[in-house]
Amino acid sequence: MMTGEVPAAGDAPQPLLVVAGIGAGYGAIEALHGVSLEVYGGEIVALIGANGAGKSSLLMTVCANPPAKRGEIFFAGQAITRLPTHQIARLGIAHVPEGRRVFARMTVAENLAMGRVALSADGSRAAQQEDAAVLQHVYQLFPRLRERALQRAGTLSGGEQQMLAIGRALMARPRLLLLDEPSLGLAPQIMGRIFAALRTIAQAGTTIFLVEQNANQALQLADRAYVLVNGRITLSGSGQALLVSPEIRKAYLGGH
Amino acid sequence: MLARFWMACRVGGIALLLFAPITGLVLSGYRLEGHWQTPLLLAAVVTVGHFLFSVLLHHLGGLDRLGVGRAAALPAATIGLSAPKPVWIALLALLTLSLPLVLGKYGLSVAILALIYILLGLGLNIVVGLAGLLDLGFVAFYAVGAYTYALGYHYFHLSFWLALPLGALLAGLFGMVLGFPVLRLHGDYLAIVTLGFGEIIRLVLNNWVAVTGGPNGVSVAFPTLFGLEFSRKAKQGGIPIHEFFGIDYSANHRSLFLYFLLLGVVGLLILMVIRLKRMPIGRAWEALRENEVACRSLGIHHVTVKLSAFGLGAMVGGVGGVFFAALQGFVNPSSFTFFESAYILAIVVLGGMGSTSGVIAAALLLTVMPELLRDFSDYRVLSVGMAMVLMMVWRPRGLRQRRRPFFALPAEAAERVA
Repeated sequence: MMTGEVPAAGDAPQPLLVVAGIGAGYGAIEALHGVSLEVYGGEIVALIGANGAGKSSLLMTVCANPPAKRGEIFFAGQAITRLPTHQIARLGIAHVPEGRRVFARMTVAENLAMGRVALSADGSRAAQQEDAAVLQHVYQLFPRLRERALQRAGTLSGGEQQMLAIGRALMARPRLLLLDEPSLGLAPQIMGRIFAALRTIAQAGTTIFLVEQNANQALQLADRAYVLVNGRITLSGSGQALLVSPEIRKAYLGGH
Repeated sequence: MLARFWMACRVGGIALLLFAPITGLVLSGYRLEGHWQTPLLLAAVVTVGHFLFSVLLHHLGGLDRLGVGRAAALPAATIGLSAPKPVWIALLALLTLSLPLVLGKYGLSVAILALIYILLGLGLNIVVGLAGLLDLGFVAFYAVGAYTYALGYHYFHLSFWLALPLGALLAGLFGMVLGFPVLRLHGDYLAIVTLGFGEIIRLVLNNWVAVTGGPNGVSVAFPTLFGLEFSRKAKQGGIPIHEFFGIDYSANHRSLFLYFLLLGVVGLLILMVIRLKRMPIGRAWEALRENEVACRSLGIHHVTVKLSAFGLGAMVGGVGGVFFAALQGFVNPSSFTFFESAYILAIVVLGGMGSTSGVIAAALLLTVMPELLRDFSDYRVLSVGMAMVLMMVWRPRGLRQRRRPFFALPAEAAERVA
């Protein structure tokens, strides 16, 4: 693994997220066989792989939904393997689920507000100001959401819904943003806009771990990447290195 | 404050214009007589009432100040939701308060029943409309409330005023107990389990003869007001209320008492629901209805959220039950059949899931209409079914669907969003 290229994380020299040899699955079927990976603070890390490789399962396991059967997961040095999902989310891990999952009958603004509901609310002036500031930040990142603030989320286009799902996750000011297939079902142009926004988010200091089928886009964005095949990590390296690696080109990029 | 005063004066003026011809001119024989005091008095009541109401609402942070709790800090999230104008609230309050003057004993008992169904509808609306948990056994909590009062009175001489919170508490507890095992269930499966729960409660009440009296039921004493009784002669060791005030005995007193008490409880519940909808917990209910996976990924504990919806809805059902027992003076299990659950659910569906005013309208419709159409009572269930079918065709989201603003923005709000 190319841990030598890890950017200086500043406050924490140890990885923000450590997945150590986890096995997980549904019933008797094992989806993951001893997967290990690390995500350092400030990085964008991508996990690419084909349909059914276990990418989403890995992300769900990090959120303990369902929890890992074997192995350990650490977030900022703390073991989170057995914590319930909602507590993991409150530690500063925001998960943008696959298929966006916006609250269709609530407005865009209400959807965004939901991102902060679980935080301990004291209703103080400072807390309210922070709420407003975070909202402004999200609106700056996705001006389209501000335009559509009072529209029902279900009436948004797919790309706007993805923006909303990401914006909603950012409302909690997470340290780590987990994204499950952000490009799913989006037009290339919209996809480009989403990935540009992800870059901005990372530059603002949020660590990003994303799972993608669109290897090309993901590898261009990512500092580092892992390749998952049948529940096992087969390759890892910097995004650029993987982008030009012949194996990857053959398997995922149409091989020319 | 001054603006409110002038607004109240204007409303009073309108009321005067309205009331003057209606109540000021009285036909006596073939002559029209002018009774100018009546409209003036009514207009004065409207003016003062409107003023007090708007001031009260303002200070309670009620209807005219939108956005409560954390969500309030997110400007765009709270604006544009139209609250009813204070004028309408004042008029409605006046109407409901003066209704007993018009209604006779029979009309009053219908009104009380309607209020109980409004209570039940609003309670179930929390569970089904807001949290999206299909509950077909809501009558169980209604029964728990009613039997808390009945059995409590029978065995421990529990007073109505104690039974009210106790019934709510017990029903809430039962709601949570039911909530735990069904947390993992959705939709149809949840509906079947809750249906079973409702039947279990009824069957236990029916068959546990030694404690509940089985099908023979239990009688309940009528509530007292500060030790004053509503009967002709004191039966519970208090003083009859008509003797205390030195007025003639009237069987209407007890109905009036129940009516106003229920009106207060319903009013309180409406305020509570309006605020809950804007509080984080209310938002969490709606979000859970929309998407459970997303909720969990946002750090919302679905267990707490579901249980709170179940518990709160059940509590309201329990309060309704206590009132039902007090109204009937007697409870037996046949009042708590599945039909009752279905009827309350029909109120919620007909009213538009999640809409408070819609549920109230539907509850009124479904309790008052059958009384007005007594001659056609054989077709009551048929007509409810037909109403449902027609609703599904023309207004699939209910009489009054919960509105969310999309287009119109008040100027100030538009500025804040921009």
